[in-house]
Amino acid sequence: MEMLSWGDAGWGDELVRAAFTTLLVALAAFGLGLVIGSGAAALRLSGFAPFRWLVEGYTTFIRGIPELLVLYLLFFGGNQAAMAVASVFGHTGYIELDAFTIGAIAIGIVSGAYSTEVIRGAILAVPRGEIEAAKACGMSSWLLFRRIMVPQVARFALPGLGNVWQLTLKDTALISITGLVEIMRQAQIASGSTQQPFTFYVCAAILYLLLTSLSNFGFGRAESWANRGVRRAA
Amino acid sequence: MNFELMAEAFPQLIEGIPLTLQLVFLSLAIGFVLAVVIALARLAKDPVLPRLAYGFVYVFRGTPLLVQIFLIYYGLGQFEAVRESILWIVLKEPFWCAIIALALNTGAYTSEIIRGGIQSVPWGQIEAGKACGMSRVLLFRRIVFPVAIRQALPAYGNEIILMVKSTSLASTITILEVTGIAKKLISATWQPIEIFLVAGAIYLTMNFIVTRGIAMSERRLNPHLKDRPLPKRTALDRGVTAASAPAAAVPSKPAE
Repeated sequence: MEMLSWGDAGWGDELVRAAFTTLLVALAAFGLGLVIGSGAAALRLSGFAPFRWLVEGYTTFIRGIPELLVLYLLFFGGNQAAMAVASVFGHTGYIELDAFTIGAIAIGIVSGAYSTEVIRGAILAVPRGEIEAAKACGMSSWLLFRRIMVPQVARFALPGLGNVWQLTLKDTALISITGLVEIMRQAQIASGSTQQPFTFYVCAAILYLLLTSLSNFGFGRAESWANRGVRRAA
Repeated sequence: MNFELMAEAFPQLIEGIPLTLQLVFLSLAIGFVLAVVIALARLAKDPVLPRLAYGFVYVFRGTPLLVQIFLIYYGLGQFEAVRESILWIVLKEPFWCAIIALALNTGAYTSEIIRGGIQSVPWGQIEAGKACGMSRVLLFRRIVFPVAIRQALPAYGNEIILMVKSTSLASTITILEVTGIAKKLISATWQPIEIFLVAGAIYLTMNFIVTRGIAMSERRLNPHLKDRPLPKRTALDRGVTAASAPAAAVPSKPAE
């Protein structure tokens, strides 16, 4: 038990710090996924066929292949890609992305594919009549977007995004292969130095359970808050 | 884009497919049996059983698969008792550890799918079965299970696809299936995009076949939902107006 104590003697503080890293990298990936998802969903529904094909290709491909492959692609090819992008902007020289950035981008790309589908469904769920009504009131497209679309799309997408968040949170365990010291990597380091892998992987599992349970609770609260004005049968 | 490298990598990656498929089928088969047991335990009229089953599902759905794999492969070896028991013959093999972890994981997810399916069976059908004097086992075998399976099939298809993807994690415990070989090739050639595309295409093909297979078995299991040809007009139909005739012929999907 003293192995889990605070300070230099135990791994308690390291594990808690690692849990924060997991949370941060998951938030970064989920945020990136939301940005990608919103953009891709908008393109998907824009009615311009090449955009539609592009987005469909992206979601089908990413959702059909293992997350680990995406991570390997960025882990081994991320620096090249970053330098290629930078050279477009006139930057020449070596760029090295850190493990956090690589992990967040890789899991973000995966998360984005799932978010796209959720957000697309939510956009389609907004009643057409309301959009027509807003136009009839003379709303500009920006005002219509802000007042009619965003509040409802956010509400419709919330349950689906809750699932995507859970997936994203659990996928961050894969980032341990890049050497980022999150829960999984920290448990590996600790079990390597103490020869007690079972103890530390159980700790890791408990930390993940804590994170998923808390976020489940949070999403539940957010859903009931978002639906406070909606009448339901039963 | 280095097409020569892609052509070279393709046969090497193909060699990983049998192992990937073995992982998928074995863990799905074991996981399915487990899932039926867990689903029945969750629905049992018992104070303890449903809670135990829920606890199992909660833990396996709330933690990453990678933790589960490492816990079984690296974790269990910590105990002297495990290393000296007969179980060690199985637990020292990375392949069987991967199978156990994948089976437990898919068992947890699938049990929820099956539970949803069982709960969707209309109560009247169960009552009718009982009224005919069916025993509990016969009732389950003839009424509950066949109806539940049809209801659960689309969700189970998604679970199979997730499993095909999940087997890639076996590469983290030294198993050289498709992803494991891909990683080896990438670190040897330092050409990530080419290898990524070939390996990705292999997984996509496998998942495409799964999707088609599920769609086909859905059609086979629900022949009454197939588009039927319009019924032939008989003398009796003469009074039926043209507008009302086709409406009856269009099969409507049951509400979920």
